Amino acid sequence: MNAQAVKPKVRIATTSLAGCFGCHMSFLDIDERILPLLDVVEFDRSPLTDIKRCGPCDVGIVEGGVCNAENVHVLREFRNNCKILVAIGACAANGGLPAQRNHLDLRDILEEVYQTDPGVGHGGIPNDPELPLPLNQVHPIHEVVKVDYFLPGCPPPADAIWKFLTDLIAGRTPHLGHGLIHYD
Amino acid sequence: MSDVFNIDGREVPFTPGQTVMQAALTAGVFIPHLCYHPEFKPHGSCKLCTVKVNGQPASSCTLPAAAGMEVESNTPEILDKRKMLLQMLLVEGNHFCPSCEKSGHCKLQALGYELEVMTPHFNQFYPNRPVDASHHDVLLDFNRCILCELCIRASAEVDKKNVFALSGRGITKHLIVNAESGRLADTDFALADKAAQVCPVGVILPKRVGFAVPIGQRRFDAAPISAHVDEFVPVAPARQGERQ
Ligand code: SF4
Ligand code: SF4
Ligand code: FES
Repeated sequence: MNAQAVKPKVRIATTSLAGCFGCHMSFLDIDERILPLLDVVEFDRSPLTDIKRCGPCDVGIVEGGVCNAENVHVLREFRNNCKILVAIGACAANGGLPAQRNHLDLRDILEEVYQTDPGVGHGGIPNDPELPLPLNQVHPIHEVVKVDYFLPGCPPPADAIWKFLTDLIAGRTPHLGHGLIHYD
Repeated sequence: MSDVFNIDGREVPFTPGQTVMQAALTAGVFIPHLCYHPEFKPHGSCKLCTVKVNGQPASSCTLPAAAGMEVESNTPEILDKRKMLLQMLLVEGNHFCPSCEKSGHCKLQALGYELEVMTPHFNQFYPNRPVDASHHDVLLDFNRCILCELCIRASAEVDKKNVFALSGRGITKHLIVNAESGRLADTDFALADKAAQVCPVGVILPKRVGFAVPIGQRRFDAAPISAHVDEFVPVAPARQGERQ
């Protein structure tokens, strides 16, 4: 036997819902380690590939919480297609910064921002049918779908993402330990 | 040598009158805790220090040590319960660590790391708790209060000012400021008060400090909270006596 069976690549999808793309930026901070990673993984829907719909995947990585109707649809698409769903970052895990609006009334917020605030107001509350409707409150993703793993941090450091992914790909239970697990 | 008990298979000596927590910390055995403070009488409210003694759950911070006790602390069962308590505390308030000046110095957060709390797990309450920024030197951010009553105890027992109290029952229980207006500025609270130093989380914050200590040099950055066990060793009984 001269040829080893070629191991199929682990197919990964990623998305940012109500997040700031900071977790994706932190993922790119793995720097040149992206090259050995690409030997064993391939990307499906992701801001890195510009594929618009998530197909069947091994791992789905979701940044950001759920703040509008579109977030809910994308999140469900990920859950339906990904064997393992990972919440990455503070916002996916507890709502994070966007959830700081949760104790305010949605209409009051929209009116202040788009109508009464002297700095940005005047245009009126946007109501283009293309725009997804905001939810009354921002929610962490595990309040909407089942989540298999959580990777905390705002954002998680590149080394934590690397450790998590390499553990997962190698078939180990991901384990971060002191210094890699943090909430800020 | 009879004044010894056993914790997770390790012998811990004690002096009569010591609690299991006090003896364990003195012997260098860390037990997670939030409402325990080395300078104050045990309070027994957060239940994070729960252990099993001869098979029965008990709060190690209030339980007097006794010779021959078999104490279980770091078992999967107990660690799991402690983790759940932390998760309940996290969802009950608004803990957005990236904007909290206590981050890196906070015991709730450090215990989350220690016990590997990767997710708050439960549904978030997102309570509405306005901050009190009225005082010249101190900000009160009630969003992070875990009701440990350390500030209440410090203000009453050490500062003799009674600035803080709890109000309400059950899930509506919350920290209040003892002033007609409810504002900290309308009390004799001062930055130098003991009550300004004891909050284990990010509620009572000195103003004009901000994120002064860089990430990497904060209290729990280098080593996990369990490695800080020396800092939690009870102060000499004589000093405790003075307080009563
Ligand atoms: S009090 Fe602690 S757990 Fe809460 S937000 Fe601040 S650092 Fe995080
Ligand atoms: S403000 Fe801090 S010290 Fe006071 S009860 Fe709340 S958590 Fe405890
Ligand atoms: S430390 Fe014992 S109950 Fe809080």
